[in-house]
Amino acid sequence: MQATSSVRESLITGGKTVRDVSEDISRHVENKPTGSWWIAMGISLVLFLFGFYCLATLLWEGIGVWGLNKTVGWAWDITNFVWWVGIGHAGTLISAILLLFRQKWRMSINRAAEAMTIFAVICAATFPLAHMGRLWLGFYWALPLPNTWGSLWANFNSPLLWDVFAISTYFTVSLVFWYIGLIPDFAVIRDRATRMGNKTRAAIYNALSFGWDGAAKTWMRYESVALILAGLSTPLVLSVHTIVSFDFATSVVPGWHTTIFPPYFVAGAIFSGFAMVLTLLIVTRKVFKLEDYITIYHIELMNIVIIITGSIVGIAYITEFFVAWYGMVPAEFYAFYNRATGPYWWAYWSMMTCNVISPQLFWFKKLRTNIAATFVLSIIVNIGMWFERFVIIVTSIHRDYLPSSWSMFYPTMYDLGEYIFTFGLFFTAFFLFAKFFPVINMAEVKSIIKSSSEKKH
Amino acid sequence: MSSTSENFLVGIFDDEDILLHGVEGIRGKGVKIHEVYTPFPVHGLDEALGYKRSRLPIAAFLFGLTGTSLALTMQIWMLGFDWPMIIGGKNFVSLPPFIPVTFELTVLLAALGMVATFFIVSDMKPYKTPRSYDIRSTDDKHVMAIDLAANKLSKEEIGQILKANGASEVNEKNF
Repeated sequence: MQATSSVRESLITGGKTVRDVSEDISRHVENKPTGSWWIAMGISLVLFLFGFYCLATLLWEGIGVWGLNKTVGWAWDITNFVWWVGIGHAGTLISAILLLFRQKWRMSINRAAEAMTIFAVICAATFPLAHMGRLWLGFYWALPLPNTWGSLWANFNSPLLWDVFAISTYFTVSLVFWYIGLIPDFAVIRDRATRMGNKTRAAIYNALSFGWDGAAKTWMRYESVALILAGLSTPLVLSVHTIVSFDFATSVVPGWHTTIFPPYFVAGAIFSGFAMVLTLLIVTRKVFKLEDYITIYHIELMNIVIIITGSIVGIAYITEFFVAWYGMVPAEFYAFYNRATGPYWWAYWSMMTCNVISPQLFWFKKLRTNIAATFVLSIIVNIGMWFERFVIIVTSIHRDYLPSSWSMFYPTMYDLGEYIFTFGLFFTAFFLFAKFFPVINMAEVKSIIKSSSEKKH
Repeated sequence: MSSTSENFLVGIFDDEDILLHGVEGIRGKGVKIHEVYTPFPVHGLDEALGYKRSRLPIAAFLFGLTGTSLALTMQIWMLGFDWPMIIGGKNFVSLPPFIPVTFELTVLLAALGMVATFFIVSDMKPYKTPRSYDIRSTDDKHVMAIDLAANKLSKEEIGQILKANGASEVNEKNF
């Protein structure tokens, strides 16, 4: 029996019944795609194809087509990598950490957020693989596989190799967690298709649902699996961005060599991830008419997470500056002075405005419960978080130790094309997911209908 | 189809609270319940049916332990013994840099091993078509299946008990 405070707003509005949940969520899978879906899919595919052309050129010509130079050897590729990995973090936070904290509001949004995680991690992985120049050898070089040079094993002292393990584990575990959650919902669609007499759909979803029957014993094991996976994913998600931050923090480059990077990166990841969840869900709830499931209350709670993580990130920016001044290391101090006032001042101040100042607007209840304001701010936050990674990476290395090596980074069409490629990939995957998979976890929402619906028992 | 037919009495419940009370009442009357099929996890149902706690967490722990030892053995053997290399003047075998990969492989094996165990013990696989006692059990009905062969009471008596304990419908199902 669940006890729910009457002070809390109801999580599901519109007096829905268990029946309505199956109907409202399965409908999008069963109906023919709408015109707007085709348009959105078309745009994503165009982006994907343009990006694919750029990626193919890169593989053919080599990474010289990017704007990298001897001084700035890491720029948009790693910026985009960290940005996408960070976006993925919200999905795991919602599905795992909020499960451990028994936050029921996760139930309407976890499915879409986890899908976003998986697609974002795939997008992220394309950058280091492309940067290797020989995509087809990427896995061979990165994994400790026997080879003809000895075997000369991969270097386990390198944070870049830790990244390989962290990202692939993160991807695999997130995928498994997501799929386990999908199984009962696939069974719903299977049985609805059987009743409607649609044999093809019934067969496809029967295969996808692994013969799910909803037996009490299976549910008991299922819940045990979900809890343990949440318990495993929680330290995992924290470890992933910690290890990503080690790529920088374990180096000796002024501006990177900072001990606060792990918590600061994790907070930034959750910050940008929630912003991306909001961007996607505001559109999804509108297009699929899911306003009763993803309510203003859900949006408000996510905006509160944005204020908290945005403020943590803001404090981290200020702490870095304080430590650079207080630490009295001239190189370190110069790196930060150059960040704010050097040739990339505009990137630094864009980051500060988007990440530190703009989320503070959510202290106003009017703004954090306003859909249009949330949508605009969620995009601004993600622009800001992209700039954060760009600022950390490029401003720290573009003025090398010798002024004769000082340089600037100018992106080429192929830098841009790679980024567009991931956008195309991400949105194509997301729209396919939204069409063919139930976008809301039906089983979980059904379990809270009685205690959290407007219609009290 | 097999020649021996199995006869089930299927009770349909509309609400999880009625179901929970019903399970207690029906088991109290000495009726053996084959299984209950619900559209969502009903808390307390496993205890009401007398199921023991799942041992999957133990499986996860053992798989995790395998991951830990595998990862440590691999790294120590590769960088310490098979081809030792001087990297940054550090020891060949130093534990701290091996921790991230060890942690990741622990989590990976624990998660994959536990999920594989879950699929095996629950007999779940892509090409399996489950036995459906009532197709509404994935939509909004809680479905209780009672194997008539496993019970001493007659069909009529069990039907009466089901009705008295909140079942909205009682059907027969033969396989």
